Amino acid sequence: MTDRIQDNREDNRMDVLFYGQALSFPLMLGTAQYPSPEILREAVLAARPGVVTVSLRREAAREKTGQAFWSLIQELGVPVLPNTAGCHTVKEAVTTAHMAREVFGTDWVKLEVIGEQDTLQPDVFGLVEAARILSEEGFKVFPYTTEDLVVAERLLACGCEVLMPWGAPIGSGRGLNNVFGLRALRAHFPGVPLVVDAGLGVPSHAAQALELGYDAVLINTAVARAGDPAQMARAFRLAVEAGQLGRKADPMEERDMAAPSTPVAGKAFLG
Amino acid sequence: MLIMVNDETHDVTATTLADLLEELGYRGARIATALNGHFVPALQRAVTPLADGMRVEVVAPMQGG
Repeated sequence: MTDRIQDNREDNRMDVLFYGQALSFPLMLGTAQYPSPEILREAVLAARPGVVTVSLRREAAREKTGQAFWSLIQELGVPVLPNTAGCHTVKEAVTTAHMAREVFGTDWVKLEVIGEQDTLQPDVFGLVEAARILSEEGFKVFPYTTEDLVVAERLLACGCEVLMPWGAPIGSGRGLNNVFGLRALRAHFPGVPLVVDAGLGVPSHAAQALELGYDAVLINTAVARAGDPAQMARAFRLAVEAGQLGRKADPMEERDMAAPSTPVAGKAFLG
Repeated sequence: MLIMVNDETHDVTATTLADLLEELGYRGARIATALNGHFVPALQRAVTPLADGMRVEVVAPMQGG
């Protein structure tokens, strides 16, 4: 029995490749905003994500807080995806990507060029420009974008092999704000790995993204700000697995009218 | 020589970026550097001269989403 369960788990492994590399599980977990490093560690162990996202900030020589964080991440042994969070210009984002490549030893970068303060909406024009520069320099760019099809086309044309559309504004917990747009993006780029990044609040949002055919989700605030982050991390893992299985199982077609599930034929005539 | 490091002014004797990091106590730290807004790879720090008033950024791994 144990063997069979193990086999099933193997079947659930992602076959989608992100720049030629499979993730061990289609969940990307952010490392920010946890109440403590220990709770972050517990959440990562519960979620067992395919990657964790990390960032860069100024380091004071006397405090060296970054060094302690880096030790924790290394100890967890999960691949890292550095971001350019907080960058508002192409130059800032490109320079941050260069620094991240050196510090983290990876050419993967989650590219954020923020355009608007209230929604933290991507500046898609700056994003495309930064993605072009970084792709030409050999970076493997994971662009944080909107569900706009034309922007997606431009990002792919300049070398991106993955797209990360938002579900809702970062940290809002609203879930998939534009299901129609996300479905259109999935249908339009069937072969491109797509990750819903940002805005998910509860596990069912993640399941929905996977059911729509998205290849992975990225979550941070939903886990970090939960009352019990480790429990929520586990819940998201289960939801991702459920959504992925549901998608693979080929869901039924929706319809407007009822259709009896119990066979009508052979029913006793009692009128 | 006065150098701005992460927006704090330091009066230093270092004349290269590598020496500056040493002088300020960053030895062995996992960091990346930028000088006047331009990335300086670790291998170039020793041959990157400083001049009065330059701005240095020193960054390290941090939590991110």
